[in-house]
Amino acid sequence: MSLPLQVKELVYSYPASQSPAVDRISFDVRPGEIVGLLGPNGAGKTTTLHMVLGLLLPTRGEVRIFGQKPTDRGAVLSRLNFASVDVQLPSNLTVFEALDIFGRLYSTPDRRSVIDGWLKKLDLERFRSQRIGSLSAGEHMRLKIGKALLNDPDLLVLDEPTLSLDPAMAEQVRSILKEIQRERGMAMLHTSHNMHEVETFCDRIVFLHRGKKLAEGAPEAVVKRFGSSSLQELFIRVAKSGELFAEEGKPS
Amino acid sequence: MNASLQRIQALWLRYALLHRRSLVRAFDIVFWPVLDLLVWSFVTRYLQQVITPTGPKVVLFFIGALIGWDIHYRGQQAVTISLMEEIWTRNLVNLLIAPVRLWEWVCASFLYGATKIAVVAVLLSLIAKALVSFNILAISGSFIPLAASLLFFGWSIGLVTAGILLRYGYAAEALIWGIPFLLQPFSCVFYPVHSLPAWAQPIALALPTTHAFEALRMAMRGEAVQASSWLWIVGLNAVYFALALALFVRMFRRARVGGQLGRLGQD
Repeated sequence: MSLPLQVKELVYSYPASQSPAVDRISFDVRPGEIVGLLGPNGAGKTTTLHMVLGLLLPTRGEVRIFGQKPTDRGAVLSRLNFASVDVQLPSNLTVFEALDIFGRLYSTPDRRSVIDGWLKKLDLERFRSQRIGSLSAGEHMRLKIGKALLNDPDLLVLDEPTLSLDPAMAEQVRSILKEIQRERGMAMLHTSHNMHEVETFCDRIVFLHRGKKLAEGAPEAVVKRFGSSSLQELFIRVAKSGELFAEEGKPS
Repeated sequence: MNASLQRIQALWLRYALLHRRSLVRAFDIVFWPVLDLLVWSFVTRYLQQVITPTGPKVVLFFIGALIGWDIHYRGQQAVTISLMEEIWTRNLVNLLIAPVRLWEWVCASFLYGATKIAVVAVLLSLIAKALVSFNILAISGSFIPLAASLLFFGWSIGLVTAGILLRYGYAAEALIWGIPFLLQPFSCVFYPVHSLPAWAQPIALALPTTHAFEALRMAMRGEAVQASSWLWIVGLNAVYFALALALFVRMFRRARVGGQLGRLGQD
């Protein structure tokens, strides 16, 4: 059976840049698994996500989603969805209109009841006829997650889904996502700068630094391997020193 | 319903809904064409009185040309604005990762443009009838296919400007709004092609708009539009549409290689 996501020796160099933004990164996301893609700013997370989503063509290497290239749109995109803090839903539509339009784009069966179900689950029912532009950041993020679940994806890509949320709402969103992931066995690729979230939410992490893969494994195993007290401490150490560790945890 | 048709309908709905709730947008559809029509009606009425009070109805030629140009211009704008809308609202990535094919988005933006144009054309025709007794229905047999050809060329130019926008982002915005006006002097909208300087005539004849406006003037004089005019209009439109589509697809692919697709609107 093909894995939800396979990334092999991925390289991307921006045309004007001398060094690659992503340099020979490989990792997988297995069925029902939540993988966190971590790293300081400029580590190559967004570039990697864009290649996974087919927005960017790799310079070298390949991405496979359920065995298909992301550019094989028909085969791949109906099984994939995405929510990001940086990508918005049209502010001039109402909550229902936006979900209805995306439901049509994804050919969601029994669209109205699916939308109603997600509005209820994400505590957005009372905003149904409200314009998206008038929602708070947290409400808008929950709506984006609702949009990302309309096609019942087998692979969900989440880019900083709790960045704009208060701690209580962030916790609520995480528990909803965890519940959905358990119920449906959905695979998730997740980026976050909240190390507590990553430790509790992700089964496995891929730690990037300056475009290279620094480490991969269960969060606690990675922390232990680098002799840190927590993922947060490891993150700060890497971001501050700019030190590039080898895969085994030794300075290169 | 076929999945492609459903996606085209969804995208059309997405753009149409923008006008339902925004008075400014709804107003914008009619504001400029109506103002243009009023100004040109008054100017040409004056010219008619001063220059040729008993001559041919110059005013009618101008009004017909004005409506035709508006159809072309709005066809181009609809394609570009559909894309701009996605960039402004930072929704483009949501569409790019949805199972929407490029041609489905292109069709939806064409249909959205055609809907807006139908509204504007009917409104302008009614005003022109009331203001200067210009009855477009009298030449509808020629006007409708000519208007369709002007709309079609507008779509071609829209594909070019949308492609430039995808590739170069906001840096190319001035160019995007300016391209239709770059073509206007050579399209012989308000004057016949033989009135142009000799160097400009070959450029004008290479544009389908020139042949369409020449044919429109013929129809308004009560003459039959020649078969050769139709051939030029259809042939040139087909060539430009094929080139515009190829350029759009090429720009889309280059934007995907260069990393612009995911960053549009964030620069």
